[in-house]
Amino acid sequence: MNAEPRVATVTGVDVALRVAGPGARSYAFLIDWHLRLLLALAWVGVGLLLGRAGMPAPWQLTLFLLPSAAVYLLYHPVLELLMHGSTPGKRMAGVRIVMEDGSTPGAAAILIRNVLRVLDSLPAFYVVGLVSTLITRHSTRLGDLVAGTLLVYERPGAESADTFARDREAIARHGLENVELARELLERWKALEPQVRQRLAHRLLERLGDPVDGAADEIALRRRLEAQLGG
Amino acid sequence: MSSDGQRRIERWIERRLPEWQRLDAQLPALEDRRPLDPEIALEAIRQYPEVARDLALAARSLPDGRVTVYLEQVYGRLHRALFRPPRAPLGERLLDLGNELPAVCAELRWHIAAVTIGFLLALTAGWWLVATFPELVSLFASEAMIATVQRGELWTDGLLNVAPSALLSIGIFTNNITVALTAVSLGLLYGLGTIYIIGLNGLMLGGVFAFTAQHGLGWRLFEFVCAHGFVELTAICLSGAIGWYLGEALARPEHLTRIAALQQRARRVSGLIATVVSFLVLAGLIEGYLSPDPAVPLSVRLAVGLGSFAVLVLLLGGRWPLGRRRRLRSGAPSATSGTAPAPARRAGAAR
Repeated sequence: MNAEPRVATVTGVDVALRVAGPGARSYAFLIDWHLRLLLALAWVGVGLLLGRAGMPAPWQLTLFLLPSAAVYLLYHPVLELLMHGSTPGKRMAGVRIVMEDGSTPGAAAILIRNVLRVLDSLPAFYVVGLVSTLITRHSTRLGDLVAGTLLVYERPGAESADTFARDREAIARHGLENVELARELLERWKALEPQVRQRLAHRLLERLGDPVDGAADEIALRRRLEAQLGG
Repeated sequence: MSSDGQRRIERWIERRLPEWQRLDAQLPALEDRRPLDPEIALEAIRQYPEVARDLALAARSLPDGRVTVYLEQVYGRLHRALFRPPRAPLGERLLDLGNELPAVCAELRWHIAAVTIGFLLALTAGWWLVATFPELVSLFASEAMIATVQRGELWTDGLLNVAPSALLSIGIFTNNITVALTAVSLGLLYGLGTIYIIGLNGLMLGGVFAFTAQHGLGWRLFEFVCAHGFVELTAICLSGAIGWYLGEALARPEHLTRIAALQQRARRVSGLIATVVSFLVLAGLIEGYLSPDPAVPLSVRLAVGLGSFAVLVLLLGGRWPLGRRRRLRSGAPSATSGTAPAPARRAGAAR
C-alpha cells in the first residue's frame, strides 16, 4: 500500500484519507453478513411462527420468502445508500465508503461496487477481493476500483473539542506537550508492555512534577497520571 | 518548540476552543440530509476557511498531535457536508433515469447489436451441434434432464409439485442476476469474459432446444419459456453489451487512463444495470409463478411475455410515458446534468 490519498480542497489545505486495510474490511463484512442473514432468517422464522404449524399456503410462502430474499440481496446497496456510505458493520468497524475525492458516494458508485462483488467473491470467500486489497495502492477490492470508491477509517466522536476543553487546566499547569504525551500514554496503556508503560509513566510523572519514589504498582501510576490531567 | 511558541499555541487553542465546540455540535445537523436551518449552513460556510487555517497551523506546529488529528477529522467532515451534490427526491431521480436510459442504449447500440448477433449465432451453433451429434447434449444438460426428456417429459413438468413458486422464483432470479452480473463483471477481462459467458449461454440454449425438438418436446419447451424468455434473454444480452462496453474502456481508453475510462463508463451504465436487474427479478417471478402452471393458456403466456418485453423496449427506447412527461415539463433533451428543471438551472447560473 502506498501513501494515504489526500483530498485537495478549495482552501489549499489537503485532508488525508486514512484507508482501511483488509482487516477492517473483513471485520465489517463479517458483521454485515451475519446481520443480513439473521434479518432474512428472522423474517422467515416469524412468518412460519405466525403461519402456525404445517406447510404454509403458497401466498404465505411468498410473503415470507420474497421479502427475506430482498433483505439478503439488497442489504448492502440499500443501506450504503441510506447511511451515506456506511452500514451497521462498517459503523462498528469504524470505516465508511467515500469517493476518491472524499465525497459521499452516490447511487451509481454504490451500485457498481456491489455489482462487482460477483467477481470479488470468486472463487470463494472473497479471495479475489482480498488479494486485490493486498496488492492495490489503496487497499481496494475490484468493486471499489471500478466504482472509484475507497474504504476509509472514520472515528466521529472519538475526539472532540470537549476533550481539549477538559484538559484546559492541565495544559495551563503542565504545558500542551506534556498533556498530549500523558493523554497518548493513557490511550495506549493496554497496548503497551507492562514494563514499557511503567517506565514511561515514571518519566512522565517526573516531567509533570509528581515524581514517584521507588516502585509503584500499575494502577497507582495510572491514577496519578489521570489525577495530573484532572480526570 | 520553544516555550514561547508552546505558550502561543496554547493560547491559540484556548481562543479557538469555543468555535470548535460549536462546530462539533453543528456537524451532525450538517451531515444530515434533512432540510437545514440556513443559519447553521451560513455559520458552517463561515467556519470552513477558519478551520482550514486552524488545521494548517496545527499541522505545522503539532504535526502528530491530537489537535491536528481532531481538526483533520472536523475539516474533512465539514468539507464533505458543504460540497456534497444536491439530492433530488427518489421519484425525480427515477424520472431522470427514465430519460437517461435511451441515451445510454443509443451509445451502446453497436454493442447490443453485436452481442445479440453473437448470442443468436451461438444458439444456432448449439442447435446444429446437438442436431448433428445428439450425444453432445451431455455437454449442455445434466443426466437427469436428459433422462427426463428421453422419457417424453420436460423437466419443467410438475415443477410446482417439487418446489413452491416463491422458492422457485427466488432461485431463478438469483441465478439469472448472478449470470447477468457475471457477464457485466467479466468485461474487466477486456470484454473477453463477457463474450465467453454469452457464447456459452447461447450454445446451451440452442443445444437444449435441439434436444427437446428431437424428442418432440420443442414446442412444449417454447410454451414454458415464452412468458419469461423474451425479457430474460434480452436482459442477458444487455448485460453482455454492458460487459463488453466496460472491457472496451480497458482495451481502448483513448485520452484517459484505463482505470479512469473504466470508472467513467461504469458510472454511465449504472442505471442500465439497475434496470436489467429489475427486469430479471420480474422474469424470475413470471418463471416461478406463471410459466410452470399448466392451467395458464398459451395466449396468456404470450401476452405476458411480449407485454413485459414491450415495456422493457419502450423504457430503453425512451417511449415510456413517465420519461416523456418529464422531458416535456423540463424542456430539456436530457436530465442527466442536474435535478432542477432547465429554466431554474439557467436562472441559477445567471445569478
